Amino acid sequence: MAFLSLKNLSRTFGSTHAVAGVSLDVNQGEFFGLLGPSGCGKTTTLRMIAGLEKPDSGTIEFQNADITNLPPERRGFGMVFQNYALFPHLNVFENVAFGLRARHKTKAEMTERVTSALELVQLPGYERRAMDELSGGQQQRVAIARAIAIEPALLLFDEPLSNLDVSLREETRSELRELVTRLGLTAVYVTHDQEEAFALCDRISVMVGGKLMQTGRPRELYEQPAEISVASFLGRNNLIKAMRLSSSKTSDGEFKTLEGGHTLHLPVNHSDLAPLNKPVYLAIRPEHVQLNTNGSENSLHGNIREIVFAGATSTVRIDANGLLLEALVLRTDGLQVNQPCNVILSPDHLTLIK
Amino acid sequence: MALLLVTAIVLLYGVIYPNFSVVLSSFQRGGSWTLANYREILGQRIVIEAIISSLGLSVGTVVFCALVGVPLAFLFERFDFPARRLFAALAALPLVLPPLVGTVAFIFLCGETGILAHAIQNLLGLANPPWRLRGWVALLLFHTYTMYPFFYVLTGAGLRRIDASLAEAARVLGAPRTTVLRRVVLPQLTPSLVAAALLTFMTSMASFSAPLLFGGDVRVLTLEIFTARQRGDFVMAITETVILAIISLGALIVFQRYEGTRRFAAAAMKGTTRRRVSISSGAARVLATIAAVAFAVILVLPVVTLFLVSFAQEGSWTTQTLPSAYTVANYRRIFSDTYAAEVFFNSLTMSAIAAVAALLWSFCIVIVLRRRRETGKVVGEGWRRLLSLLILVPWALPGTVVAVSVAEAYGEPSLLLGSFVLVGTFWILPFVYFLRFMPLVVRALQASMEQVDPTLEEAAGSLGARAWQRFTRVTLPLVWPGAVAGTLLAFVIALGEYVASVLVFVPANRPISIAIASELRDFNLGTAAAYGVVLIVIISISMMVAGRLERLRG
Repeated sequence: MAFLSLKNLSRTFGSTHAVAGVSLDVNQGEFFGLLGPSGCGKTTTLRMIAGLEKPDSGTIEFQNADITNLPPERRGFGMVFQNYALFPHLNVFENVAFGLRARHKTKAEMTERVTSALELVQLPGYERRAMDELSGGQQQRVAIARAIAIEPALLLFDEPLSNLDVSLREETRSELRELVTRLGLTAVYVTHDQEEAFALCDRISVMVGGKLMQTGRPRELYEQPAEISVASFLGRNNLIKAMRLSSSKTSDGEFKTLEGGHTLHLPVNHSDLAPLNKPVYLAIRPEHVQLNTNGSENSLHGNIREIVFAGATSTVRIDANGLLLEALVLRTDGLQVNQPCNVILSPDHLTLIK
Repeated sequence: MALLLVTAIVLLYGVIYPNFSVVLSSFQRGGSWTLANYREILGQRIVIEAIISSLGLSVGTVVFCALVGVPLAFLFERFDFPARRLFAALAALPLVLPPLVGTVAFIFLCGETGILAHAIQNLLGLANPPWRLRGWVALLLFHTYTMYPFFYVLTGAGLRRIDASLAEAARVLGAPRTTVLRRVVLPQLTPSLVAAALLTFMTSMASFSAPLLFGGDVRVLTLEIFTARQRGDFVMAITETVILAIISLGALIVFQRYEGTRRFAAAAMKGTTRRRVSISSGAARVLATIAAVAFAVILVLPVVTLFLVSFAQEGSWTTQTLPSAYTVANYRRIFSDTYAAEVFFNSLTMSAIAAVAALLWSFCIVIVLRRRRETGKVVGEGWRRLLSLLILVPWALPGTVVAVSVAEAYGEPSLLLGSFVLVGTFWILPFVYFLRFMPLVVRALQASMEQVDPTLEEAAGSLGARAWQRFTRVTLPLVWPGAVAGTLLAFVIALGEYVASVLVFVPANRPISIAIASELRDFNLGTAAAYGVVLIVIISISMMVAGRLERLRG
C-alpha cells in the first residue's frame, strides 16, 4: 500500500480548474517531485496534501487513513513555504520551537530538539537571532529546521529554493537531499525547475493545466515522454509531426514527416502503436541529432541556418527542406552557416508520441 | 458563531435601528404616515438656503483645499530644499486639532478682536477692527486651514506610489514635462484626488463648530438641526437630519462607484523610486525655503496663539495686540476646580470606554469578515459587503446625524431596549462616541491584518497550532501595534468631540468640549484656551505613542 495516496483530487477557483482529477501514490522514504509550469496546479495539490486547501472532490489517504477533512494542525506534516513564512516577531529559537510548543513539549526537550534541528541545517548558535538579521539562505535553513523539528510524518516543499540565487540554490539543493535521506523522511517537492526536480527526486509527476500528465523516474520522463506537453516542457526537444505509412507488423514502422516530406523509420515495438494516417509526433532531443556523420538510416539533407555558441556546447539550427531541427553539438568544426549538412535522426532516439 | 451574534447585535442597535427610526419618524406626524414634514420643510426658504449653503460651503472648501494642498504636495514631495522637513513635519497638524479647539484658536488669531486684527488696527491707528471674522470668507478660510491636509497627505502618498519609470518612459518617448504631468501623472493621481475630495466634502458637510461660532449669516444644515432641536422643533430637526444624511451617503456612494470602476494595477515589476530633485537655482531655492517657513508658521500660529491666550489674565486682553498680563491662574483654575476635574474625568472615561469597546468589537468584526481559505468563509460575499457598508455608515454620517438618530431611537421605551431609555443617561455619549469612531479602529485593524502574510498562519497550522493558538501566538502579536494605534486615534478624537456631544449631553456626562464652549460664552477666554491646550497636550502624547507603535509594526 502506498504511504500517501491522492485519489481523483479536484479543486476549482471560480471558473478555473486548478486541479482536475489528480491521482498519485507516494511511497515511504521517497523523494517525490511535482513538476510543471507556473499555474499548472502543483502548489494547489501540495496545499491540499497539507490541508491548507480543501479539495472539491477526491480523497487523500495517508498510511491507509482518510485525511481529506483533517485540519492541517492535526496532520503532523512539515511544510517549507516558498516565502519561508517565518514569524517576524519571533527569533530563530522561537520559530523552530513553534511546533514543539503547540505540542506542549517540556522545556528541556524543546531546547534539545531545536538545537539538533539547527545543527542539522548548519545554523548552530543562531538561536537568539531575529529574522531580519538573517540572509536569505539562512532564513531558508530556519524554515527547514522549523519543519523538521516536529519530526514530521511527511515533509512538504513549495518551491523552497526559488528565492535563492543560482550558486546557493545548487548548494542548498544537495544538502537538502542529503538531510531528507539521512532522516529517512518522505518528501513531496513542488518546483517548476526541471533541473532541480531531476537532481532531487526519486520520482516525479509532471502536471500541466491542472492535470497529471506522467509519473516516473527522471530518466524515464526525459527519454520517454508519453505526452506532447511533457516532451516540450522537459528540456528542448525536436517535435516532428509525421504520419505512419505502412501497416506492416514485421518491418520497421515507416513515417512521412508533414514538413519536408522526409521518410523516417522507427523500430517495430514503438511504431506499431501508431494509428495509420493520423498525425503523430516523433520526438528527438537536440543532443541526439547527429550532424555530418555516416549513417544509413533516417539521414536527411539540410541547410545550416544558425549556429549559437553557448560555451561548452553550441546549438545548430537546420532547415531540412522545410523541417526545422535543432542539434546540440560539442564542436562546430566544419560547420558553417548557409552550408549544406547531413542530419541523422537515429531510430534509437526517436520517441513516438500520440 | 458567538462573534457573528455580537456583530449583528451591535450593528442592529447601533446602526440599523437608530437610522431606521429617524427615517420612519420623518414620515410621521400625529401617528399617521405622511409626506407633510418634507413638504413643509422644503417649502421653507431658510431650509432651502441651509441646504444650498451646506453644499456651497463644501464644494468651495473642496476647491480651495485642492488649490492649496495639491501644489504643496508637489512642492514638498518632488523637490528638496532647506526647511522642507520643517513643513512636512507640521503639515498634518490641523487634522489632529479638535474642530472646536481649532475654531477657538482661529478666533483668537484672526477674529475681529484677535491678534492679527488688533495688530493692524494698532499699527494703522484705526478706530474699528479692519475686518469682521464672519460668513463665507471666514468659513472658507478656516475650512481650508483645517482640511487642506486631506489633499496634501493623499496627493503626497499618491505621488510616492507612482512608479517614476512611467514618467521616465514618457519622457524618453518624447513627451515634454507638461504632457507627462497631464497624461501620465495626473491620471494616476486621480484616485488620490477623488478620495481627498470626498473626505474634504464630507468633513465640511459635517462641520459644526466654525459655522456656530463665526458662520454669521451662513446657516448650514448642521447648525439648523441644532437650533431646531434647541427650540424643541424635533420634527424639523429629524427631517433635516434625514436630508443631511442623504447628501453625505450620496457622496460616499458616488465615490465608491468611482473607486470600483477605476483601479490602477499596482506595478508588480520593480519600479524606479523617484528621487527628490534638489532645487539648485539660487532664487528658486530661497523662494521655496521662505515658502516652507511661511507655511510652517501659518500652521503653528493658531496653536501658538491658543497657548499664549491660555496664560492671559482674564479680562486683561482688550485692545492690545497681545494680552498684557500673564498668569498661570487659568491652569490653576482648571486643575483645582471640581467642575473642571469632573469634566476631564467624564471625557477621559467616556472616550476610553468607547475606544476600548471599539477595539474589542473590531476584533469581532475582523474575524467575521476575514476570508478563510481552507475552511471557507464565515459569511458569504454578499453579507461581507453589507456588513462592511454598515460599519462605514456611522463614519460617513455627520456627528449631528448620529447624535440625532440615537436620541430619536432611544429617547423613549422601545422594542429593542424595553423600558430602558438611553437619552438623559451617562451612557448616551460613550455610545455615540463608539458609533462615530469605531470605523476608524476597524479600518486600522483591517489594515494591520492585511499586512500579515497569510502563509504565516498556514505555517503555524502545519506546525500543529490550533485556531486559538494561531490567533494568539501569530496574528495578535503582529497586529496589536496597529490596532492600539487606531484605538488611540479614536480615543483622542472622542476626547475633543463637540458636534454630537452638544446635542445629547446631560449634566452627568458633560465633556471637555462643552466646558470650553461655556467658558467662551462667559468670555473666560484664558480658561477656554487652557482647556484647549491641555486637550492638545493629551492628544500629542497619545499621537506620539501611536506613532511609536506604528513604527514598531513597520
